[in-house]
Order: sequence, then C-alpha cells, then structure tokens
Amino acid sequence: MPKVTVDGIEVEVPAGATVMQACEAAGKEIPRFCYHERLSIAGNCRMCLVQVSPGPPKPQASCALPASEGQTILTDSPMVKKAREGVMEFLLINHPLDCPICDQGGECDLQDQAMAYGRGGSRFDENKRAVTEKNMGPLIKTVMTRCIHCTRCVRFTEEVAGTNEIGALYRGENMQITSFLEQAVSSELSGNVIDLCPVGALTSKPTAFHYRPWELKRNDGIDVMDAVGASITVHSRTAEVIRVTPRLNDDVNEEWVADTGRFAVDGLKERRLDRPWVRVNGELKPASWGQAFEAVKKALAGVDAGEVAALAGDLAAVEDLVAAKDLLTGLGVTRLESRTDGAAYEGPAAHWRFNTGIAALETADLILLVGCDPKLDAPLVNSRILKAVRRKGAQVFRIGAGTEPAYPITDLGNDLALLAKLPADLAEKLAKAERPALLIGSRNASAEVLAAAHALAGQFVKDGWNGFNILHTAAARVGALTTGWVGEGLDALAHNPPKLLFLLGVDEVALAPFGGATKIYIGSHGDRGAAVADIILPGAAWAEKPGTWVNMEGRVQRSLRATFPPGEAREDWTIFRALADVLGIKLGYDNLDQLRARMAAEWPELGREGLTPAAWEAAKLKAGKPAGPSKPRATDFYSSNPILRASPTMRACVAEILEGRVPQLEAAE
Amino acid sequence: MSDFTDFKWSDANAVEAERIIGRYPKGRENSAIMPLLWLAQYQVAAQTGVAWLPLPVIEFVAAQIGMPKIRALEVATFYTMYNLKPVGRFHVQVCGTTPCMLRGSDDVLRACADKGLKKGEVTNDGLFTLTEVECLGACANAPMVQVNDDNYEDLTYETMTAILDDLIAGRTPKAGSQIGRTASCPEGGPTSLKEIA
Amino acid sequence: MLADKDRIFTNLYGFQPWGLEHAMKRGDWAGTKELLARGQDTIIQQVKDSGLRGRGGAGFSTGTKWSFMPKESKDGRPSFLVVNADESEPGSCKDREIIRHDPHKLIEGALIAGYAMRARAAYIYIRGEYIREAEVLFAAVEEAYAKGFIGKNACGSGYDFDVFVHRGGGAYICGEETAMIESLEGKKGQPRLKPPFPAGAGLYGCPTTVNNVESIAVVPTILRRGPEWFAGFGRPNNLGTKLFQISGHVNKPCVVEDAMSVPFRELIETHCGGIRGGWDNLLAVIPGGSSVPLVPAHQIIDAPMDFDGLRDLKSGLGTAAVIVMDKSTDIVRAIARLSYFYKHESCGQCTPCREGTGWMWRVMERLVTGDAEPSEIDLLLEVTTQVEGHTICALGDAAAWPIQGLIRHFRPEIEARIAKRRGFAVVPELPQAAE
Repeated sequence: MPKVTVDGIEVEVPAGATVMQACEAAGKEIPRFCYHERLSIAGNCRMCLVQVSPGPPKPQASCALPASEGQTILTDSPMVKKAREGVMEFLLINHPLDCPICDQGGECDLQDQAMAYGRGGSRFDENKRAVTEKNMGPLIKTVMTRCIHCTRCVRFTEEVAGTNEIGALYRGENMQITSFLEQAVSSELSGNVIDLCPVGALTSKPTAFHYRPWELKRNDGIDVMDAVGASITVHSRTAEVIRVTPRLNDDVNEEWVADTGRFAVDGLKERRLDRPWVRVNGELKPASWGQAFEAVKKALAGVDAGEVAALAGDLAAVEDLVAAKDLLTGLGVTRLESRTDGAAYEGPAAHWRFNTGIAALETADLILLVGCDPKLDAPLVNSRILKAVRRKGAQVFRIGAGTEPAYPITDLGNDLALLAKLPADLAEKLAKAERPALLIGSRNASAEVLAAAHALAGQFVKDGWNGFNILHTAAARVGALTTGWVGEGLDALAHNPPKLLFLLGVDEVALAPFGGATKIYIGSHGDRGAAVADIILPGAAWAEKPGTWVNMEGRVQRSLRATFPPGEAREDWTIFRALADVLGIKLGYDNLDQLRARMAAEWPELGREGLTPAAWEAAKLKAGKPAGPSKPRATDFYSSNPILRASPTMRACVAEILEGRVPQLEAAE
Repeated sequence: MSDFTDFKWSDANAVEAERIIGRYPKGRENSAIMPLLWLAQYQVAAQTGVAWLPLPVIEFVAAQIGMPKIRALEVATFYTMYNLKPVGRFHVQVCGTTPCMLRGSDDVLRACADKGLKKGEVTNDGLFTLTEVECLGACANAPMVQVNDDNYEDLTYETMTAILDDLIAGRTPKAGSQIGRTASCPEGGPTSLKEIA
Repeated sequence: MLADKDRIFTNLYGFQPWGLEHAMKRGDWAGTKELLARGQDTIIQQVKDSGLRGRGGAGFSTGTKWSFMPKESKDGRPSFLVVNADESEPGSCKDREIIRHDPHKLIEGALIAGYAMRARAAYIYIRGEYIREAEVLFAAVEEAYAKGFIGKNACGSGYDFDVFVHRGGGAYICGEETAMIESLEGKKGQPRLKPPFPAGAGLYGCPTTVNNVESIAVVPTILRRGPEWFAGFGRPNNLGTKLFQISGHVNKPCVVEDAMSVPFRELIETHCGGIRGGWDNLLAVIPGGSSVPLVPAHQIIDAPMDFDGLRDLKSGLGTAAVIVMDKSTDIVRAIARLSYFYKHESCGQCTPCREGTGWMWRVMERLVTGDAEPSEIDLLLEVTTQVEGHTICALGDAAAWPIQGLIRHFRPEIEARIAKRRGFAVVPELPQAAE
C-alpha cells in the first residue's frame, strides 16, 4: 500500500496502482484519450503526463507508471501544463475543425479537453492531413481524418471482442486505423468502439446526422435482445428512441452492450401493431378495444378452462406475465408455459439459472459448452469466457455445433451423447478443475440432456462454486420461470392442443400444431404470431413500459419507460387488467405499484433489484440418455426476435456482415 | 496464379518455412511473420520477376502461423521493405539521407531521372522502380544505391548512369564501391591494418 | 594512433575472407571454453573492469547492464540476449563491417555474453537492408553450429546456447531496444512503455538484454587480452577502442578503429586525408550519428572524440558516426533532410512524435528556402521542446536535437534566408552565432 503525495495531498493507494489512479484517489482529474479502464494500457496519447519525483526530469505518463512509496506527484505544475498544451496542440494540428458537422460534438473528449487543457489558438501553418474513410460495415461510420490514433478500437476488438478485426496500418503520420480490406466489422460487440472512440472518427452509422446528444432524454433501461440483461441508457427524443448506450454494471455487462441491443431501436418503429384486430371470416379486420375484448369474451365462452392455454414469449416483462397469469388463473386456466424452445428444466431455481454468475465466469478454469453458442447466444458472456481463457488460462470444450469463438476451443463432437460419456481426457481435467463451469444451451436443455448434466452436477457444483448453468437467450424466460409459467412442456401441449391459446408475444414457435385453436396474440410487432392470430391486442415494446426483467442469472432489474406505445397500443399488463373487468374477474391492483406489491408478496425476490442466490438441490430425475446432434440456433444473430426482424439496421447487418453484400452507393442527387 | 489466391510455398520454401518457424519458441510462431514475409516476397519475385506481397500471399503466411490477418497486414505495412505494390524488375533504392546527400545523392537521383526513372513509379518497360530511401547504413561509402539485393557505392552521376545502362543492357554491374576501393577502407589504401591488407 | 597490434577488428575491411577458418587464424574461437570456464560473475566483472560502455549510442556500462539479469530463473522463464544489428542511424556503418567481415567475433561474443547473463539463446536482429551482410551472418552461424561452437554443449563448455538470426524489414525504430523486441515477437516495431524494462520482462516476457553488435563483438578480445588492456585506451570513463565512421566532406571517408578520446583533428588527418578543402573549409560536424546536435567547426576541431568530450559540447558520441560538413554545405537543408528522416521513421504510436516530426519537417523545408516568418524559428524551437521528453522512446528527442543544434548555432543563417526571400537587399544586422 504505497503512500504518495499528489499536489500536496497524501494518499495511500493499493499495491499495483498507477500514478493516474493515485491522482484520482487524491481527487485530481487527469486528462486522457488512450487510457481506458477495461483495456490494456497503451500509453500512446501522452495526454496524462504528470511530474513525478523521484524520476527523470521530464513528465511521465501517469497511466502506465506504477505508484510507488514516497513519490511526489504534481498535476498542475508549469511542466505539466506545458506538456498538456503541447500534446493537445499536436492532437489538434491534424484534426479537422468540423465540430459543427461532427456527430461526436457535445460528447467529444477532444472537444472537452481542448477547452480545459489546450491553448487558445492554432500555430500550425501547414496543410492538414486528410485520411480516406474506411468502410467498417453497416454499424460504424468512419471519418478517419478525425482519428487521433489512440488505438482503443484496436485494443477492444483484440481484447474484449477477441476478433482482431481492426488494426493500425502503416506508420508515423501515415498510420491508419482500418479493418482488413475494409471488411465490415463482424463482432457482435462492434458498436462499443463507437463509445470508446474519444473523437468523432467512429460514430454510429444508422443515426448519422440524426441528433445532437443534448437533445436527448436519458432513461435507464435493460437490454432485452438477449438474456444477459445488460444495463443500458435509452436515449429518446419526443416519441422516438434514438439510440441505446451501455450503462456501467460490473456484474453484468461492464460497460459494453451487444450490437442487437444497441442498434435495433429502429425496429421499435417498424411493423408495429398500433390497433386491435379481429379475424372475421378468415380475414383480420381493424377493431376497437371494446370489440376486441368482446371477441375474447366470446371465444372464452365456448371452451372449458382446461381447453385454454397460454404461452409466454421472449419479450414479456414480469409485470405482463404476472397480470396475464392472474387473469388466466382467475378463469381457472392452468396450462401456462414459457419454455417455448422445448426446454425441460423445471423445479428449483438453481436448476434453470446461470448459477455461476456472468462476472464470476471469468474466474472459471474449465468451461464445457453443451448445445450453446455463446458468441451469438450471449456475446457478453462470450467475452467473459474470453477473459477466463486469456487471463486465467481456462480451457474450453464444446459438445455440439457452434460458430468459431474468439478463443481456442476443443470440439468434442456434435453428439449430445458425449455428455453422458465424457472423453477420458476431459473427465480427468474436470476432476482436477477447481472452478469448472457447464453451460447448457436452453434450446438443447431436453430432459435427456438435463438428466446427463445433473448426473455430472457433483463435478461442477462445489462448496462456494456453482458451475451448473443454463445459457438462456430469451429475456423473459427466467422471469416467467420465476413466476410459475411452467406447464406440461411445449411438446405435450402440441400433442394435446388447446382450443383457445393466449400468445404473449410468441413469435419464435412453430404454431402449426395449434392450427385448430383460436389464438389471441398480445404483443407489439406484426410478426409470425400476429400473422396467425384471430384476435390481436396491441401491446407495448420494452422501451415503452416500465418493466421488471430477470436475467439468466436470476438478477432482477428494472427498466424505465422511455417513450409511449404507438397508436392505440397499451402496456401489456393494463390490457389484462382491462380484460379482467370485461370478464368479470378481480385482479386486485389498479396501478403499477400495486401490481409490483402483489408480485413481491408471492415472489419476494422480485420485490428488490439484484440477485437473490438460489440454493442448489440435487435433482430427482427421470432416466434418459441424450443422443444426436445439438439443436442449432433458430435464427442468425441479428434476427432472433420480432424487433430485430423489424429493424432496418439489423437487416443491413444480415446483408452486409453475414451475406457479404456490399451496399451500392446511391447516386448523388 | 494471376490473383495469387492459390499461392503456396514451393517445395524448397515449404521446408525453409518450417525451419524459420523452428527458430522461435513453441507458441511464439508469430515471431516468424517477418522472415516468412521475406520468403514469400522472394518466392513471388522468383515466380513472377517482381518482388512484392499481394494481399492473398500475406493472408497465406498469416494463416500458416495462426496469426490474425490484420496483424500480419500491420506488419507488412509497417516495414518499408515489403512491397505492397508491384515494383520494377530492378528496385532502384537511392539513399537520400544527409550523409549521402552531402556526397552527391542529388547527382545519383539526377542520373536516374535522366534515364526516365520517376520516384515511386514503375517505368513503362517494367524494368525499374525508383525509390528514395532513408539511410541504408553505408555512409562511409556515400552516395550509394541498393538495386534489389546489391549495394553500389561511392557513386557519381557517371557511374550511376553506367550502372543503369548495364541493367538495361542485361549486364550485371559489379556491386560495391565504384571507385575501386575495398569496402570502407580509405581510398588509396588503408591507414591501419596495412600488414593484413 | 592506435597500433595495429591493439586493434580488435583485424579484418575490418575484408582483406581476408570472413569464414571460420580464417577467423580462427585471426584468433577467434581460441580457447573460448576456457573463457567461459572463468564463470559468469568473473566475465561480467571483467567486462565492467574494462570500462566498456555500450556502443549503440547510449553509452551505458555493458557489464553493469548484464548484471541486471537474473542469476537464476525463479519461475522457469528463460533469459534472452538480443543483439542489435539494426544499424540504421544515419552516419552509422560500423556493425555492417563487423558482420560482413568479422562475423565470428560477433557470434563468439554472443555466446560469451549470453553465457554470462545466463541466456538460453541469442537473437541477432539485423536490419533488412543488410541483405548480403545477413547472408554472411547466416552462413557464419551455420559454420559455428557445424563446429559445435554454439548449440548443445557450446565449445564443449557444457552450456547449451543457440544463436538465431532475424532479419528486419526496414524500420529505423527497431533499433530502439523494446521496439526490436516487439518486432522480434512478430509485431510492428513500436517501442514499449518502460517500466517494465527488458531485464525484467523483455522478449516473450522473459528477462532480456539488448546489446549493440560492437559491444558484443569486442568482448572475446577484451577477455583474452584482459580488461586492463582495453582500459588502457581513452580517457577515464571513456575507455577502450572504438570504430569510428567518418562520412561527408572529408577527403577519404572510411570506417576505422581507433582509441577512444582521439582528438577530432587527429582522427581526420590520420585516416581521412583531412577535410575537403582544408581545415578552414570546415563548417560543422555531427559527431555521433544524426540524432546528436551538430557542433560548429571551431568547437570540435580539437575536441576529444568520446562520450564526455562531446557531451560537454552539448552533443554526443552516439555511435561515433562522424558526419563532416564543409562550407559548401546547405546546413539548413542537411538538417531538414534529417527531419524528413525522423518523420519517415516515426512509428506513429505516440502523439508528440507522430504529429511533431511531420510539423517540424514541414517548417524545416520552408526554412530551407526562407519561406517563413522570422517568428517561426522560435515556434519551431518550441515545437522541438514539446516533442523532446514527451514521447515513449527517444526518437522524439532524436528528432528534436538536430534542429535545436541548428538553431543554436546557425540562427543567423536561417534568418538571412527569410530576409532574402522577403526581398531585403541587405540582410539586417543579425546577432552572430552563439559561441
């Protein structure tokens, strides 16, 4: 614990801290461009220079210099001021003065620090350097003349995304940041380089020239495009969500967010269900809410409660699920199911959660992937695996098919039977591993796979370490499982189809087996579910309602409303509340607070944000041997839910990144 | 192999490539990128008469040692001697840094210009590319030029012209000092080590 | 003048073949096993006692540098010796002569140095442009392996030691030791942040010492003839013999080995046939390679050519690459050309060097023709100080110093050009060169 003096203030810092951290501990602001807490130290921008004694008689880069006992650090001496002015001047001599047309304007480190630490004017009388734009795909817009060569983007793709897609070519003043052959950056986390870029060199392509940051209203949200539950900030202007940026959350997403969560917000404006519809003589007709509710009432009148079932989709908030369940329970309906991917997990929470925890996964020393593809299923989990591999030397094994991840992986074969009979080599390593983690893809969590997995549980679940994990992809799933949306299973339901089926935003299920049922769809987008529905009740998408979301770990998180649902669409829970009145059922709550109180009463963990640990229990299992290849993802990364499918940006990603179609430039008009 | 996408090592170079990789510790195969790029550039020269590194060749080399291709390209673009564009059969690299400048590299460049060589360009007949390079480390024999693998030193306008004439005529000019001295020994004989001489 | 019997590099000019047979006749590889048998600590002590200072430019005590290496590996990491044969400093051309004419001195030195610092192998990083030189070096290493001088049980010493040759690809910056290590690891040659220093974490994260070719190649002879012999040349703190490389406006440019501290005049008169046009025609000298500031004629003529003597002249010995300029020299252009060199060779990693070298060069180009404001001289000087001392490696300093030297000694010349360009028929009265 070295003690150092910063501008006369004595501070004690942890061993291994840098001089920069010591300065911050003393409350001193140190300007920087290349340094980023979550990336390796480059020390190249030279903006963080401070005066340190003992040491050479020149300013030192504080980001890279270890703090050591007895150092005297000056952050505001004439030497430091001159150094900062000098570096700032160098950064600006070749930086274009195009702030008025730069999307980074208003949130630009260079702008801010030039104001704080720069000289007033320019003394540079030569021509400025111009650098051609580089294509980086449909998400990242480049204006490379603005680049200050901090290499944050290079380090991010290497260290966090693990894809090594961006590099700095050439040298000296000709150094240029680019992807190989200007190919689209394909990492599922690529958008984070936009946030990392301290200047306007890398900005968001879909929203280019659409907004100024100071015009935007910010609300805390949760990314529901996968089951990680990344913390995000939702930026909106009037009725429109403009962009999403990640919000710091070390337990979940650090400060990253996947491209689906960041860029699919334009899907909130497309293909929306903005009024109720009722099918008349085989054709969907616009209806009023009253007409639609009457149609529901009429449909219910003809069937027994036992002939009614409900499926929970992937994008339902816990409030929606609870209100729907309360209504259906009031009707005597018990056939509720959320495991629409055919998963068979049930029972205590620890049997269907990601027990290790997303953050703790980076401490695992052996990781066995079964029927999952973390790179696409949960990119932020994948980057934790990458860290486990790079920093802790974890070994990764895989049963089943998947994409090439960013780390070395031992493919055992695409036969789930391997789980019941692990190769001797792996079994031996597993026995020696201290913190082994098993990741089972939800879509492959069949009764047989789970039986084999639970038979191995003793190897993965130890004192103080639970390595048994279900890797979910649906944001709603763990919330639904928590609130009891567990029925006979999708297969059983299909074998004994109900006559009336409620679909809470269900768009990922083949509904053919339910062809004979009257289907009532409650959701936000005109996708597969709505297409076959008989009655459509338009709901709110995630950004348009305050919602409780439970991520794959079982972490309870709340998001705020950023905008309002379009047209006549309503928050989903209020639809069930209104329908209850029509059907003569008393739910016992009239507003969100009351609903949440009711949730907390039955499931106390839903009453507070955060993670309530689930105790491990040995499973009582039916026998069963898994066999055959793993079930692949149903869709590509950019198309796994109705919002993504509706998003023009995500369509562009499919075309450019996955299919390699380079967009034709439009003729200038 | 017009687009080089089917580039692979010649039999001899495949063996050499393994030897090169073997010089570095296991798990440090990336260290071999520079020598392998050299080997590839020589092979392309042997096969096409032009020493350069087409992108597919760089990708091939990167793949052999499991290096991300952008990292290989970073290396290929950082070092000046990897030619990313085709050069002439004779890459005429005139040193223009101060020690050569002081002793007449302007004349050497003028001799090149008078033969129709332009900096950074391949001559129409594909014979020459002229590059003004930075100090090549033969300062006591300035001014000098490196043509492909050989140095020509102690040049004048006339001797440079003669060298270019030789190359055009298909003759191989004698490498080294053009004023007949031995290496960097003082002109007219050594001032030391006279017995050995 | 140094007597021939006291010269280390007896085949400097390649009057004899470089090959092993002839090298052994010249005394190389004689009793190497016995030299090694003196033990690591003794070897390091004798190198320290010889007063040998690094010949790559910085002039740090070679023996002391070796002593920073770990005596035993606590964590299983091996140690490495990296020999810096990336001779690229404008003016420098001495290592080339060692490599192409006396490569076995280098290889034997690498074995002894590697043994002394307990290294597992040496990598000799030779600049890419030394193509024929690299061919000789590769062949010489093969010869040494074939004789069992290196490799398993090197020279019968019981010590296993490999020597590998690695060719560069054209980048001056790889002469910086951490850039060289990066380059050896297969990356761009961008210098690393220090700490950690190579002796702690260098090549592949292992303890590493980077030494110049000449520093290594003189070691076998020092050990054979004794440290006191080597220390018998030169002034205190500036001991030994040294390869000088004289280029530019002397009558006979050459590379020559002479005693350290030899006066400039003696060096030039003895070996170079004097200054072109006589001593009165001497304008200035860059005494240690392009990175050191120039010294005006009257200051250097009788100065001792060594570390301290030239430091006292606000310049430096560097690699002892002596660039001589007579009065026909366009001194501003000569320095501007160096500014271009540094702009060209900047790795681009850190801001002051990447941006500053280009800025300085562009201003320098305008000063050559006088197309500038008088105030830009001070601006340029200030820019040099904004680069100097603010960069990751010393290239920033090296780019700044020649310009500072120029302005320090030739400001009137620059001012005159500006005035002339602006149409003053008579150059206004200007202060004379600071002396």
